[in-house]
Amino acid sequence: MDNIGIIISITLMYATPLILAALGGIISELSGITNIGIEGMMVIGAFAGAAVGYFSGNPWIGLLCAAGAGGLLALMHAIACVKFNANQIISGVALNLIGLGLSLFLSRIFFDGATQTLPVPSKLPKISLGGGISLDSTVIIALCLVVFVWFYLYRMRGGLRLRAIGEHPAAADTLGINVYLFRYLAVIVSGLLAGMGGAAMSLAVVSSFTPIVISGHGYIALAAVIFGRWNPVGSSLACILFGFAQALVVILGGGEIAIPSQILAMLPYILTIAVLMLLKGKTAAPRASGVPYIKGSR
Amino acid sequence: MNAEFAVKMQGITKYFGDFCALKEVELAVRAGTIHSILGENGAGKTTLMNILYGFYTCDSGKIFVHGSEQEISTPKDAINLGIGMVHQHFMLVEPYTVLQNIILGDETTKIPGIIDYKKARRKIEGLAQAYHFNIDLDAKIQDITVGMQQRVEIMKALYRGAEILILDEPTSVLTPQEIDELIDIMHSMVKNGKTIVIITHKLAEIMKSSDECTVIRKGKNVASVKIEDTSENELAELMVGRKVHFTVEKENRKTGEVIFSVDRLTVEDDRGITKVNDISFGIRAGEIFGIAGVDGNGQQELFEAIASLRKAKTGSIHMKGVNITNTSPREMFENGICVIPEDRQKSGLVLEFTVAENMVLEKIGRAPFSRHGLLDLKKIRKNATDLIREYDVRPEHCEDTRAGALSGGNQQKAIIARAISNDPDLLIAVQPTRGLDVGAIEFVHKAIVGQRNQGKAILLISLELEEVLKLSDRIAVLYNGKFADILDAKDADENRIGLLMAGGKNDENA
Repeated sequence: MDNIGIIISITLMYATPLILAALGGIISELSGITNIGIEGMMVIGAFAGAAVGYFSGNPWIGLLCAAGAGGLLALMHAIACVKFNANQIISGVALNLIGLGLSLFLSRIFFDGATQTLPVPSKLPKISLGGGISLDSTVIIALCLVVFVWFYLYRMRGGLRLRAIGEHPAAADTLGINVYLFRYLAVIVSGLLAGMGGAAMSLAVVSSFTPIVISGHGYIALAAVIFGRWNPVGSSLACILFGFAQALVVILGGGEIAIPSQILAMLPYILTIAVLMLLKGKTAAPRASGVPYIKGSR
Repeated sequence: MNAEFAVKMQGITKYFGDFCALKEVELAVRAGTIHSILGENGAGKTTLMNILYGFYTCDSGKIFVHGSEQEISTPKDAINLGIGMVHQHFMLVEPYTVLQNIILGDETTKIPGIIDYKKARRKIEGLAQAYHFNIDLDAKIQDITVGMQQRVEIMKALYRGAEILILDEPTSVLTPQEIDELIDIMHSMVKNGKTIVIITHKLAEIMKSSDECTVIRKGKNVASVKIEDTSENELAELMVGRKVHFTVEKENRKTGEVIFSVDRLTVEDDRGITKVNDISFGIRAGEIFGIAGVDGNGQQELFEAIASLRKAKTGSIHMKGVNITNTSPREMFENGICVIPEDRQKSGLVLEFTVAENMVLEKIGRAPFSRHGLLDLKKIRKNATDLIREYDVRPEHCEDTRAGALSGGNQQKAIIARAISNDPDLLIAVQPTRGLDVGAIEFVHKAIVGQRNQGKAILLISLELEEVLKLSDRIAVLYNGKFADILDAKDADENRIGLLMAGGKNDENA
């Protein structure tokens, strides 16, 4: 019984950074802005969270700053893509490089030339539910956000408008909806969420920032967005599947069966590729995703 | 509110960069009437209406709505003034339901932020009854017909309390029956006190529907006329600035042998759905074989299979006895088939190449245009010079101009010049006048009939029923992947073909 509880705990622990980032990816993509800069936003969030958490001694302040850092990086993406109609892929790639580079640079300044932070004095608290299940507080936050984002997208006025903008921005514009404002906000919110996702890694899963603490999580989250067909619930389930793959790495790695750890570590990534191959041609991407909106052009 | 004019626009001037789209344009629309705005493509009709709707702002000029001057800088301002617009390209979110599309941007809420669909539904159902609309609010836009989508657009405007409704080219996508229904709806709206402005370049519809008409040419006012005092011919002349001939001279001539035949052709689309279902026909030399039908009934797949751009699943295609099924566009060309493609910018021309280069695309590898792999630039240029003169492609001496810089009509002339200069035995023309104005249409139609009169076979695939009726010697109506019927041109009229296009049986009395 406890074993199952532990598997559930570990699965959700690993899934949480992905869920937060995937929610960010969904919101951005539904507004019509492709955001592959999620990875870089997670990295800078992971660094800002750990660094602020170390200096302030309070992981919650760290989490807030992580969101802010991700949001700031996202603002750059929004300015490039919404205001200047830049190529969204290139901007996203650039942000991934900036996110990692800036984190390492700042880390060297604040931590005596080391490319990693010192461990935080206290991690984000865990909540024990009995039966071997003990959840990070970020898990609870993430699950609440999934419900809220779903409700926002499918029941609220803003969600109806947001999704319309990603499908047919000119239609929304002709009805007096401010396409640019919505896209700005959506991209910034996606950065806030991705930054939190990064901090969920460096403040809850582990307790410090290292250059490899975020390694492809942003991309896996984007795969989950597609797998879950841009739906927060579906994508979260996909994230939990990937989290389970990572939990298996931990569980099997410590077991009696000798599987080389390198092979096990590949599991989440192989799963991602396999899922994307199976989904070929079955996607329902927002039609205007990745396309700059230029008023008056058809 | 009771001003004589619902809309008055004075001295409207609008520049896009250096290009003057509208110069000192005046428009006065009487309240409670249907007012047409007529003009060629690029004359500035849509720009003028986009200014009224707040989509663009004008550089100078005044707008009066119901007698008082207004500043309209966003669509929201226009909506608040009771102005609604149905755009030529529908502004509908395809995966959304009809209901969601109607309320988008003006959602009723119960608790702040949370949509109250029930209340919206009651309001729309009330409006639908008042105007005798029949719409399914829960259907998704992607599943309903174009005519229905247009009703959703009109309902969107009514839902927002529009008193003045702008319709931009509302009939270009409709079947003749749907056009009649639309005109009925327009009349019932006017009866209810609404004012309608309709943008179009189709003269017959103006005559049928409107009270007054303002004609715009090249961004300037030409005339404002009462419909009862004018005629189709006069309007056409005002629009183009010269006399237009509506009928094309067609010699009566004997047709020759069947030179092109399609036998039991079946074609699937990319998703594996059968789009052309067991079709057979033949075309004789000296005959125009027209295919009519509503868009999406298999025209595209049929054309692509014939042009070897798509694999035919079963069946065969023969040209002068040679089996050319599933070969290649090159093979088609070698066998004497030339194409005027539907999308001149995508598949007709290489927009970044010069006109001269575009004019030899298919035969660039052959003498006299190239020898031993080297291009003969002089010959290529000479060829273009001759064709430009013969087909009156403008601007003059555009041999070295980028094809993309030509206007749509001139691009089409260049394509037709190229196709006819290849001296094909079969000319396939798909939507050859799409988006062209009456002057250019006249030219294209003459060229096609000219080919027929020289004894060539012609396959004409068009969504413009009028065009098919005017040019064809025989007409096939494509419905749901099959020919609903093949008629002799002399037995065909708009009504009969329109019914067949909509899936009606031919033996029913129309």
